[in-house]
Amino acid sequence: MAEVAVQAVELVKWFGAEDIRTYAVREVSFEARFGEMLYITGPSGSGKTTLLSMISGILRPNSGTVVVEGKEIWRLSPNELADFRLHTVGFVFQDYHLFPKLTTAENVALPLILKKQDWDESLRLALEFLDVVGIKDRAQLPPSRLSGGEQQRVALARAIVSRPDILIFDEPTASLDGATGRKIIGFIKENLLNEHRCILIVTHDARIFEYADRNLKMEDGRIVEIVNGGMGGLSEA
Amino acid sequence: MRGILRVAFKLLVNDRGKFAALIVGITFAVFLMVQLTSVFSGILTKASATIINVGASVWVMDPAVNNPLNSIQLPDYILDAVRSIDGVKYAVPLYSGVALVKLHDGVYQPATVMGLDDASLVGRPELIAGKIDDIFADNGFIVVKDEEFSKLENPEIGTTFEINDHRGVVVGIAKVASSTLFGIPTLYTTFTRAIQYIPSTRFTIAYILVEPKSDKDIPYIKNQVAQAGYLALTNTEFQQLIANYYKYQTGIGTNILIMTLISFLVGLSICGQTFYTFVLENLDKFGALKAIGAKGYELVYMILFQTLFTGFTGYGLGVGLCSLLIAVAKNKVPNYAADITYFNLGMAFLMVLIISGVSSFIAVRKVIKIEPFDIFRG
Repeated sequence: MAEVAVQAVELVKWFGAEDIRTYAVREVSFEARFGEMLYITGPSGSGKTTLLSMISGILRPNSGTVVVEGKEIWRLSPNELADFRLHTVGFVFQDYHLFPKLTTAENVALPLILKKQDWDESLRLALEFLDVVGIKDRAQLPPSRLSGGEQQRVALARAIVSRPDILIFDEPTASLDGATGRKIIGFIKENLLNEHRCILIVTHDARIFEYADRNLKMEDGRIVEIVNGGMGGLSEA
Repeated sequence: MRGILRVAFKLLVNDRGKFAALIVGITFAVFLMVQLTSVFSGILTKASATIINVGASVWVMDPAVNNPLNSIQLPDYILDAVRSIDGVKYAVPLYSGVALVKLHDGVYQPATVMGLDDASLVGRPELIAGKIDDIFADNGFIVVKDEEFSKLENPEIGTTFEINDHRGVVVGIAKVASSTLFGIPTLYTTFTRAIQYIPSTRFTIAYILVEPKSDKDIPYIKNQVAQAGYLALTNTEFQQLIANYYKYQTGIGTNILIMTLISFLVGLSICGQTFYTFVLENLDKFGALKAIGAKGYELVYMILFQTLFTGFTGYGLGVGLCSLLIAVAKNKVPNYAADITYFNLGMAFLMVLIISGVSSFIAVRKVIKIEPFDIFRG
C-alpha cells in the first residue's frame, strides 16, 4: 500500500461565538495516500472547503491534528506554515484568483518567485508548464484575454510549477461546461497524478466523479461515506 | 525579495488608472507644498536682502526694529558708545531710507538709498562697472543691477537723474546677492550725501555696523549694547528676527503654513483613498499569495514598496514641476520671490514619507487581516 500523504485525525472546526457556535467540521478523520486522487464531495455547507483548508495549512482547526508527509502542520510557526504551503501544496482556487495585471506566464511563475528563484528562470519554467497544460502560445497575454478553460489551465500550471507533493483543487469544474470539465480532470489524472503525489479535490460536480480513486462524502460536517472508485465503489464507513 | 518586489511593481504600474491617480495626487501635493514653502523662503530671503548684501558681522539697532526697511534712527552718541566697547574692531553708521527718483519720462520711482560710512564704505556692494572711489564724486550714486534695475530705465555710468530735487549721477553699477522684497531699486551713496539728499529726522543713523575683534567678543558687545538700551544682533540673528516677524506677526507664515497643511491633507486623502481602493480591489490576490505561501512580511514589503515607489516618483515629478514653474515665473516676473531650499525639499520629502506611511499602514492592516481561507470560501 502507498505511503500516507495526508492524515487528518479528529478534526473539529466551528465558527462564531460560544452561544451561537456553528460546527463546520465535526471529528473528521481520514487518510489520503500518494498516487491517489481523493474527492471530497457533498452538498453546499457540508464542510468540504473547511476541511480542505485545514489540511492545506490555511485554516487552523479548533481541535484535532493534520499530519502531512509525517509533519504535524499545525505545530509549525506561521512562517514555517507559509513555507509548507509554498513547498508542499499546490492550490487551484475555485475562482482561479489569477492576477489580471500580470501576464499568464508571470501568473504561473508566482510560486517560483515566492521561492526566491531567479525571475527569468521562473518565467522559463512557467513556459514549460504552460506547454504542459497546452497554452504556451497564451503566455504573454493577460488572464482576462483567456477563456474560462484556459484560465483553469493557467491556475493548474501555477499549482504544479513548483512540483508540490499535494495538489488541492477547490471546485475545479464549477465554472466549466461538462466536456471541458471532464477534459481538465482527465488531464490532471493522466498527467499529474503519480506515486509521489496526492491530489485532493473538493467538488459537488457529479459529472467528474468517475475520475476519483476514493470519494469522501460529507454531510453536516461529518464524513458519512467513503466510496472507493467513482460513485460505484465499495463503502468503508 | 527582488522577485516579489517586481511583482508588486507590475501590479502597481499595470493598474494604470489607479497608478496615474496616485502619481497625480502626490505630484500635486508635493508641487503645492514646495511651491508655497519656496515662496515663503523667497519672501524671507528678500526681506533679509539688506542684511545679506551689506554683510556686517553685528548690527546695532533700536530694539523695536523688526524689519530692515523700518529702521528707527539711532542717536549719534550711540555710535561713539559702541566704538568704545572692548572687543569692537570698528563700528560705522549706515543710513537706510527711501527717496523718489524722477525718471526722464517724468515718472517718479521710489528707490531705497543706502548711505555708507564715508571713511570706510563698509557694506559696499561688488561693482560690475565703474570705480568705487567715484562714489565720492559730485552727486555720485551706485545703482544695483538686480531685478528692479529696469525700473530706473536701465541706467549706465554717467546717466543723470533727479532725486528729491537733487541731481544724481550714476558712477557705478553693482551686483548684490539678493534683491529686496518690496520691488524697488536700490542706490548706494555716501552717508553724508544720503542725509543731505533725503529729508531726515533729528537722528540719522539707521544701523551701526560692528566688526568685533573676534567672535568671542560678540556676547560682551551685545551685553554692553543692551545696557545702553539698544539691541545688537549678529547677521544670522537679524535674519532670524526678520523671519520671525514675517512668520508670526504678519500672518504670511500662518497662511502659508495652513495652505501647506491643506496641500498635505489633499495629497494624503487622495493617495490614502486611492491606495486603499487599490488594495481592496487586490485583496483577494494578496489572500491568494498568502495561500500560495507568501509570508506576512513579504506582503508588507510589497505594499511598502508600492507606496514608496509612488511617493518618490510623485515627489520627483512635483519638485520638477515646481522648479520649472519657478524658473519660468522668475524669467517672466523679475521680482518673483521663490527659493527652493534644502529645508523645503526635506520638509516635502518628510510629508511624502508620511503620506506613503499612512497609506501603507491603512493597506497593510487590511492585507495582514485577510485570511487565505476567505479566498477558499470565495
